[in-house]
Amino acid sequence: MKKKSIKDVNMEVNIAGISFKNPVTTASGTFGSGMEYGDYVDLSRLGAVTTKGVSTIPWLGNPTPRIAETYGGMLNAIGLQNPGIDVFIQRDLPFLKSFDTRIIVNVVGKTIEEYCEVAERLSDCEVDMLEINISCPNVKEGGIAFGQDPDSVENITSQVKKYSKKPIIIKLSPNVTDIAAIARAAEAGGADAISLINTLTGMRIDVENRTFLLANKIGGLSGPAIKPIAVRMIYQAANTVSIPIIGMGGIMDAMDALEFIMAGATMVAVGTANFINPRATEEVIDGIEAYMIRNNIEDIRDLIGCVR
Amino acid sequence: MSVAIKRSIRVLQNNRIEDGIYDMWLEAEDIVADATPGQFISLYCNEGGRMLPRPISICEINRKDGTVRLVYRVIGRGTEEFSRLKAGDSIECMGPLGRGFTLERSKALIVGGGIGIPPLLELAKQLGCEKSIVLGYRDVTFLNRDFEDHGNVYIATEDGSTGTKGNVLDVIRAYNLKADIIYACGPTPMLKGIKEYAAANRIMAQLSLEERMACGIGACLACVCKSSKVDHHSNVNNKRICKEGPVFYADEIIL
Repeated sequence: MKKKSIKDVNMEVNIAGISFKNPVTTASGTFGSGMEYGDYVDLSRLGAVTTKGVSTIPWLGNPTPRIAETYGGMLNAIGLQNPGIDVFIQRDLPFLKSFDTRIIVNVVGKTIEEYCEVAERLSDCEVDMLEINISCPNVKEGGIAFGQDPDSVENITSQVKKYSKKPIIIKLSPNVTDIAAIARAAEAGGADAISLINTLTGMRIDVENRTFLLANKIGGLSGPAIKPIAVRMIYQAANTVSIPIIGMGGIMDAMDALEFIMAGATMVAVGTANFINPRATEEVIDGIEAYMIRNNIEDIRDLIGCVR
Repeated sequence: MSVAIKRSIRVLQNNRIEDGIYDMWLEAEDIVADATPGQFISLYCNEGGRMLPRPISICEINRKDGTVRLVYRVIGRGTEEFSRLKAGDSIECMGPLGRGFTLERSKALIVGGGIGIPPLLELAKQLGCEKSIVLGYRDVTFLNRDFEDHGNVYIATEDGSTGTKGNVLDVIRAYNLKADIIYACGPTPMLKGIKEYAAANRIMAQLSLEERMACGIGACLACVCKSSKVDHHSNVNNKRICKEGPVFYADEIIL
């Protein structure tokens, strides 16, 4: 049998009628608006750029220290600092539009109305999808408050859906008892896709100074330490819903990404790895391609959920 | 400026110069070509579980040999790992990163405290103008001899074991040291004191700040400080220490 070359390999995937040249995007909050990585990554190579959370007005975020390293991961409590939707539309979006990549905008709010307002404003912009962040553990209002109860998830999903002309992805929190029930609620509310997992809540203590390492005391754990949890949850969600899944949680390389895809993710997002190696996204794309060639796999879609 | 991608470089030497203080020279022609005083390099651990780079300020740049010097304190498992590196070992790094000092032509006062002292050495070397150098330590001094070729050095120790007993401001006042600009790096209480002193005496100051970082390239927003004006990038009163800093003019920031 003739060995496959890159030309023979199809990496294209489709979510909610939108095609992505490959299944690799960025995890919200780890890639700025894309501009921050412009010197390191050819953004046109990415399946999509998923931006940092965007709110109605600028958000200051939490006090420092905002991060703490943990073994095989890190805690963060940035608190969704962002310049607000006006600056996003005027400055960040035109920059992203200059690249041949899809744009997924992460949407945050303190109230359902704020999520709806951002979704409505973005509906008239040249963005491809919205990712509704109901899973950030580091803000007092909004974020995870909407994401831990199935009724609340279904409610906010259906509300935002009314205001968004773009397909919406609901980003789920792993800090729940039954991820399948939450995934079903998002689907019932009209989500076009779900993404998971956001960070797991955690804490570190500064023993020498007998205090918390994070000013916010509690933060969100990310990195390879959480990967098995993420893969398990994607598998469970994929067995429950029929909408596509974007998988993330500790992906460091292509082999990690393939675990998520085989567990049922249509796309994957690289997050914390960007902090450690700014070129991680491109390396994951190259690695998936190499895997497919090595294993004579013509179409990435043959790998999605192939482990059952 | 060329892009500071992650790569492996060679350790030329790595010696303990005081308790917990290490002095490392790295072979890094590309870093040397671009680096300015006050910039930093992200160093990576070999131990895979410690993933985030450690930002360490550049102490000295040797353009002729293409080498760069870092003087660092062991404060955790990552820096402890660095302290065990030997000549010939390689280490992953990224840099130079951040905005360093802006060299002014006016009479200078260079003020360093503790492990904030090393990045001031290259600055002292490059500043051609008249300058005084004030170094503050808790007790044991280090690197002070290296400064002696570059200006008059005054030392403060908290226990009075060397130089003036007290802090750097006590030295500045005791010797009535005058300047048009202060360049400072050290613990936040010291920088606060310098900021107030500079404002009270109507002189400029450039302060090098420190904060825990993840990415080191301005993406994660972990290492912010409060800015006096709404920052262009953040659109709030936060500046990124890794990107807009680590060196700021004193009036740009709130400590």
